[in-house]
Amino acid sequence: MDWTALWLSVRLATATTAVLLALGIPLAYWIVFSPRRWKFLVEAIVAVPLVLPPTVLGFYVLIAIGPLSPVGRAYTRIAGHGLPFTFEGLLIASVLYSMPFAVQPFSAEFASVDRRLLEASWSLGVSRIATFARVVLPLSVRGLVTGIVLSFAHTLGEFGVVLMVGGNLPGVTRTVSISIYDAVQALDYRSASQTSLLLLIVSFVILASTYSLQRSVWIKPRH
Amino acid sequence: MSVDVAPGSILVLFGPSGAGKTTVLRQIAGLDRPDAGTIRFGEHTWFDSAAGIWQPPQHRRIGLVFQEPALFPHLSVEENVRYGVRYASDRRRTRVGPLSEIATMLGVDPIEKRSARRLSGGEARRVALARALAPGPQLLLLDEPFAALDAPTRTRLRHDVRALLHRLGTRAVLVTHDRTEAMAMGDEMAVMIDGRVRQVGPIADAFSHPSDAAVAASLGVEAVLPARVTASSGGLLTVAVAQMELHVAEREPTPPGTDVYACIRAEDVTIERASHPRASARNHLPARVVAIAHEGPIDRVTLDCGFKLDALITRQSREELELAPGAEVIAAIKATSVHLVPRA
Repeated sequence: MDWTALWLSVRLATATTAVLLALGIPLAYWIVFSPRRWKFLVEAIVAVPLVLPPTVLGFYVLIAIGPLSPVGRAYTRIAGHGLPFTFEGLLIASVLYSMPFAVQPFSAEFASVDRRLLEASWSLGVSRIATFARVVLPLSVRGLVTGIVLSFAHTLGEFGVVLMVGGNLPGVTRTVSISIYDAVQALDYRSASQTSLLLLIVSFVILASTYSLQRSVWIKPRH
Repeated sequence: MSVDVAPGSILVLFGPSGAGKTTVLRQIAGLDRPDAGTIRFGEHTWFDSAAGIWQPPQHRRIGLVFQEPALFPHLSVEENVRYGVRYASDRRRTRVGPLSEIATMLGVDPIEKRSARRLSGGEARRVALARALAPGPQLLLLDEPFAALDAPTRTRLRHDVRALLHRLGTRAVLVTHDRTEAMAMGDEMAVMIDGRVRQVGPIADAFSHPSDAAVAASLGVEAVLPARVTASSGGLLTVAVAQMELHVAEREPTPPGTDVYACIRAEDVTIERASHPRASARNHLPARVVAIAHEGPIDRVTLDCGFKLDALITRQSREELELAPGAEVIAAIKATSVHLVPRA
């Protein structure tokens, strides 16, 4: 089994999930509570990776962070090297790719908090942001856990985006699914089957725990 | 509309469902924004469409209690009660006095560690009231807060809330469509019909002298007289109204000394020329006819018997009794026709 690739995937999934937690909560908050009419456009953009082929997403990310784009040039000036085929480039692509898996459970849970609780809090002199922190977030634990688990699992298994943006550099961008592909190409079915089975089990355990959460097997319902 | 509400008193916003009472309350709270107009409280302007002023609910220093308690389910009773307190200034906190006093008067243990979601309906309302009052609001807004409770709990809570508001000197606006609740708790009343305030005034006035037919229909047509129970014996209460005494059948135990509203429907008032010593009606009040209004085949006779009282009689009766303004008559009311609403 390709432990290096597995370890890389775990690191990538962890970093992606952490970034998505930091970005996804404010974004979901804005989607749920903003009075702007055009917020449906933002919702659609967030959801695009659900339907777009990963290679297409990867292609655009590659162009966007490549040496010909302003972003890519600025990064090269600061970091001394380009973004494509690096862990950082992979991280950017993964964040975009897994965005809906974090933002959608977050916003669904925020939206389901009883509005009267928010109004009670505002009337008690508590600001909107503080109300969000003291009432909405604690009541959204299930949605937050679901979003975290799903984005972790989704990043762990990504293939097309990584191939386009990261290529196949051992220890840097060769993630576990690419390693499986390589093993099959090299007719190393033994290694491929071991790694595949591991991914299958991990995915199943993650999804089973998520669904048990949805059914409130472990966390008590709100009311 | 503009209403003067004394410290510690309650303004009732009364009207049928769909009259717009809750909308007005939400606009006072700052949860909904009116299209145009102004909202002022004392010297504070909370909303002025012309001047572009809008105060968010956080800046209005209000307390808000909904029909549902809307407690924070992830917090304990204590955390719920204290939720808004740290946002109140120190000066306000001392003015209100210790939070534990408010909680105790509402029968809430201020250091209760139990989760808010484990409370019964009545307990949850008490905690919701304590939570709203703890930061020392200048105005308490109540949106049918007792509607979903059983009758004994509701009666006790009405009493406790009135006593507490009086003690704190906090003014309140109570939205209700329940006339008993309006009478039990209100001091002033604004009657709303179809989104408009049709009448504003002291509660007994509004009930006894509706400004128009729509208000009368929504309130129910009857005299509402401020009164006090003076004696009780054998299931019969003696009630002082103005300088007169009424005998009233005791439906619920009401101890002497209780302030009540005595409600008498005009249909239940009979007019006699001379007292019939053997009639079954317990109350025979000397009265003078003030006015007679014709309402189709029925005449509405307004009597002055120390207080104003309307009687509905047929035209034939009016003619037989030869009634005219100024005539001296006897108003007869059965003890079972007087309905008492104790003040909470």
